[in-house]
Amino acid sequence: MLMGVYSLLTASFFVLMDAVDVAFTEAAVGAGISTILMVTVLSMAGRFENRQLHHPRIALFVVLITGVMLVYGTFDMPAFGDLNAPVQTHVAPYYLQQSAQDIDIPNVVTSVLASYRGFDTFGEVVVVFTAVIGVLAMLEFSRKPDTTGDEPAPMYQHKILRIVGKILIPPIMLFALYVQFHGEYGPGGGFQAGVIFAAAIILHAMLFGVESTRKAVSMPVVKVLAAVGVLIYGSVGVVAMLNGGRFLEYNALAENPITGQHVGIIIIELGVGITVATAMMLIFLTFARRVGKANGESA
Amino acid sequence: MNFLEQYNYWIVIILMMSGFYIVIAHGNLIKKLIGLTVFQTSVFILYISMSKVTAGTAPILNEAYKVYSNPLPHVLILTAIVVGIATTALGLALVVRIKEAYGSVEEDLIQEKDLQQEGSE
Repeated sequence: MLMGVYSLLTASFFVLMDAVDVAFTEAAVGAGISTILMVTVLSMAGRFENRQLHHPRIALFVVLITGVMLVYGTFDMPAFGDLNAPVQTHVAPYYLQQSAQDIDIPNVVTSVLASYRGFDTFGEVVVVFTAVIGVLAMLEFSRKPDTTGDEPAPMYQHKILRIVGKILIPPIMLFALYVQFHGEYGPGGGFQAGVIFAAAIILHAMLFGVESTRKAVSMPVVKVLAAVGVLIYGSVGVVAMLNGGRFLEYNALAENPITGQHVGIIIIELGVGITVATAMMLIFLTFARRVGKANGESA
Repeated sequence: MNFLEQYNYWIVIILMMSGFYIVIAHGNLIKKLIGLTVFQTSVFILYISMSKVTAGTAPILNEAYKVYSNPLPHVLILTAIVVGIATTALGLALVVRIKEAYGSVEEDLIQEKDLQQEGSE
């Protein structure tokens, strides 16, 4: 619970710092998915820590020394909010001034994410995909002998929760799609949309049980879609190359470079959204089933 | 030069050191992961606070505004958050497997079991 509160606080802090896109992501990921994952694993590993800390004094000493040294280091750092700090003087002004002519979408964060630094983002999507493969390899494919028996969903007996949940799930999904396709104009984009979409599925799993969600969303399709998202992103790059541009050079996608940029950004954001949504769903559903089984055995 | 101008870094350092302390002082693997998450958030705040410009606004272009915050750190951290949760999930998956294999998530109990096994071989 505290984790969730902490993330929500961080998110509001980001809004104050003008980082609306980041705040959006942190609120969805930190307050939603990461807290749920932690709670799921804690439910299996036990709530209480019964061991003594390792040498708390030495640890505290190390931490204090490191902290003091870091504070000493900050004396050379530029002041908070300084316009002439080194961070603000290299590529940032270029992005802010040229984005309107090169790409012509209002949200500079999206244009930097998807176009100027498209390579980075491609790398990040691949990392997310790889992490999912790792989770699946460790928890899904190496199965312990199946302990059958459908335990009822933990919250199914709460009528109010069930009905409110049912009403909420479609609007959450719609909102995710809005965030996905409105990312060029306001805060949002593939990463946030993917996480919000996955949150709707996770809500379903909490209300109706993991097994029924696994049937409803069809696990093989979700697994394939995770790969398809990465593939869409990569193919945009290859199509740009076939049209005579460089990898991920969207200007080559259409006659008019700006239209090309728009098409490229929308398609790769779609790829990102699909991969992130399916990745989060796969991670949660795999965890919930594995942990549910372990709890069922020990009970 | 006013010392209080750098208070954003000090907040980051306090958070970072709390995360660091949790990682090294606790033997419980899940607590270590939570500590890493706190540490990670402090890095996010470090980047985002560097991108803030006084009197600036969110980097969504509009005729009415002239000064914007730096969009580049926003992009880096945006993707880092999503990658962070994916890697945390990978860490938790390891914890689940360790719990299944050893019946515990305490570092010293796990080490004891390893030593016993070596002794019996």
